[in-house]
Amino acid sequence: MTKQAVHAAPSPVGGVLTNTATMVCGFLVLVMLAVLVVRFFGGLGAVTNLNDGYPWGIWVVVDVVIGSAFACGGFSVAMLVYIFNKGEYHPLIRPALLASLFGYTLAGVGVIFDLGRWWNFWHIFWPGYANPTSVMFEVAVCISAYIVVMWLEFSPVFFEKLGMKDAKKKLNRVLFFLVALGTVLPMMHQSSLGTLIVVMGVQINPLWQTQVIPLLFLLSAVIIGYGVVLFEACVTSSAYRRSIELHLLEPMAKIMLGVLSVFLVVRFGDLLIRGALRHAFSLNFTAFAFWVEIACFVAPLWIIGSEAARRMPARLFLSGVAIMLGGIFMRLNAFLIGYQTGDGFNYFPAFPELMVTVGMFALEVLGYIIITRRFPVLPREEATH
Amino acid sequence: MATRRDFLKGVLASSAAATAISVSVPVAARETRSRPPEALGLLYDANLCVGCKACVAACKTANENPPEFSTEDRLWDTPLDTSGYTFNIIKMYRNGTMEQKDAEINGYAFMKTSCMHCADPSCVSACPVSAMTKNPVTGVVGYDASICIGCRYCVAACPFGIPKYQYDQPAGKIGKCELCRHRHKDGKYSACAEVCPTGATLFGRTEDLLVEAKRRLALKPGEPAKFPRGHLRAANLKSAPNGIQWKDEADQSYETPAGKYIQHVYGEKEYGGTQVLKLSGVPFVKVGMPDLPPEAAASHSETIQTMLYGGLALPLAALGALTYVAKRNVVADDSDENADNAKGGHHD
Ligand code: SF4
Ligand code: SF4
Ligand code: SF4
Repeated sequence: MTKQAVHAAPSPVGGVLTNTATMVCGFLVLVMLAVLVVRFFGGLGAVTNLNDGYPWGIWVVVDVVIGSAFACGGFSVAMLVYIFNKGEYHPLIRPALLASLFGYTLAGVGVIFDLGRWWNFWHIFWPGYANPTSVMFEVAVCISAYIVVMWLEFSPVFFEKLGMKDAKKKLNRVLFFLVALGTVLPMMHQSSLGTLIVVMGVQINPLWQTQVIPLLFLLSAVIIGYGVVLFEACVTSSAYRRSIELHLLEPMAKIMLGVLSVFLVVRFGDLLIRGALRHAFSLNFTAFAFWVEIACFVAPLWIIGSEAARRMPARLFLSGVAIMLGGIFMRLNAFLIGYQTGDGFNYFPAFPELMVTVGMFALEVLGYIIITRRFPVLPREEATH
Repeated sequence: MATRRDFLKGVLASSAAATAISVSVPVAARETRSRPPEALGLLYDANLCVGCKACVAACKTANENPPEFSTEDRLWDTPLDTSGYTFNIIKMYRNGTMEQKDAEINGYAFMKTSCMHCADPSCVSACPVSAMTKNPVTGVVGYDASICIGCRYCVAACPFGIPKYQYDQPAGKIGKCELCRHRHKDGKYSACAEVCPTGATLFGRTEDLLVEAKRRLALKPGEPAKFPRGHLRAANLKSAPNGIQWKDEADQSYETPAGKYIQHVYGEKEYGGTQVLKLSGVPFVKVGMPDLPPEAAASHSETIQTMLYGGLALPLAALGALTYVAKRNVVADDSDENADNAKGGHHD
């Protein structure tokens, strides 16, 4: 392979598929499968700590709500490239889209593990059963549609590999529509993931129970999308020992800070208008968790506030991590920590329950490694191993 | 390539899209629903309840639910809370010396926990597959396991913590009181009300029950008054909505001194009202009944949903705007193909 400009066409990284990382991931996936066998024969109670005070645990909140937000990189970058016509970010699209594809597909599959009566799942799409006023209906339909759209958006990668030039051409002709769909669908369901808590009413702490929660979830999903891209760009470049695309990450980080500022203004504006901010000063764990969430979101403004700071990979990486943590806390807070249905209930995930979430994550990493090593996803560059 | 004008177009289109899916359009607000006129329900009067739990046992039998054990010897059904197998339970309030019944301080009291059959139920609004439904005539909130996907959104949504899931089953169902609707076709009403020896749990049309509740609030504490038991039937009503033919029942009223009531009919206004109403001598929050606003959470949630997705107008508008912009930008990308490839290409 010849060394090329950083703006290189995507190509497979190559290299072996059996290394420590893939072996560990493979093992974790096997553990998950074992737990799932017990879950499907023994019921949810056999492997989880779910109870009627906390009917939703980490399989919903982490695997689906947080997992899909983390998978917003594809959506955030595609919006930049195609909607804002910032062609220079193009090299970031495929890796981001791939991560999203995995994130969403697994979130979609993960839902099945959590459904108590999973064999009825298709009812959600069936006209006689579907309940369009249910927020969950909207989330389920949009996420399913988005998964299909993303596979189509990503299919040129497979066509390239298989030399199917015709198919690729045909798809490219409708790509603009897929891109538009791929922007609207995540906007719809990322906001609705927030709306899910509205019907829970007074059971959700006022710090999160608000009519603007869909907007907050949408804005934070876009921010998390960029945060994940920062994080992934740093991790991939160090794991594959590739040069880091600083000339792209710097301005993208700046855009991220812009959206982040809007988010924080809406967040605090809403708390002030509703007079809910006083709950943040109660002496309890919930208020503490609120401040941790806010601190994570504010941190990047400080870590990468200047252009010089945005040119430092370590700082970009740290901001990515802070944003991801902020996203995690915001969703854990809204769904679990800020949820109180009555006294006497508590929830902490059981070990096998955790192993399913870990296994899903391992499956994602495994898939990402295999595809980037065998398919043209990352910009071409001399692969060192 | 990326000109300033294109960028601005992008900004405009996506802010239009973002606004489209976030700004409120008050016209579309979905109001809180009220009870259907012929709504059926229960009136639970904690002052009359003696804590015998006959209703708990009758509910088990009527719903063919297995016993649940909480004591070492596992001798009899001792559920500590409602569950996927227990739809009705009597909980006890204790304070200080527990000398006086229905007193907040140094007293004790009972409270029934079972579905309130909300006028605007959160569980029905939440259910993505219409497995939880509200009968338009009787208002009874029923559940159909053959439709349910087991997502437990209803469990999370209900402000009273009523729907419960059977976590110990590979094919677990949701369990909740359905006001004994399966007994209606035989002319029988709620088992809990049927067996209640004191009339603390009374069955009837919610309208009638509300009148009865208000009558009790007006009674002078300690003065003897008449209390009906079983099925409260206004004007000897024989047939009910949905053509239910109630079985004949002799008048079972009796006389007893009235208790001291908190001047509040719980369920008259909460979340738009419920079909099960409650009276108590101890403040309701103390006996586990949450303080709820008059607007139902379901109306807030559905207002957002209809605003954003009503007729799919906004998503389609957003899709149109974004398609227009994407078409320009993606096509530009396509035509640049050769030039791009020359310098490394960035195209898919
Ligand atoms: S009390 Fe709960 S389960 Fe019963 S109708 Fe209301 S929301 Fe549904
Ligand atoms: S658990 Fe069943 S009844 Fe409850 S919301 Fe989900 S599908 Fe509906
Ligand atoms: S109405 Fe029937 S199901 Fe409901 S609490 Fe009474 S006995 Fe149980």
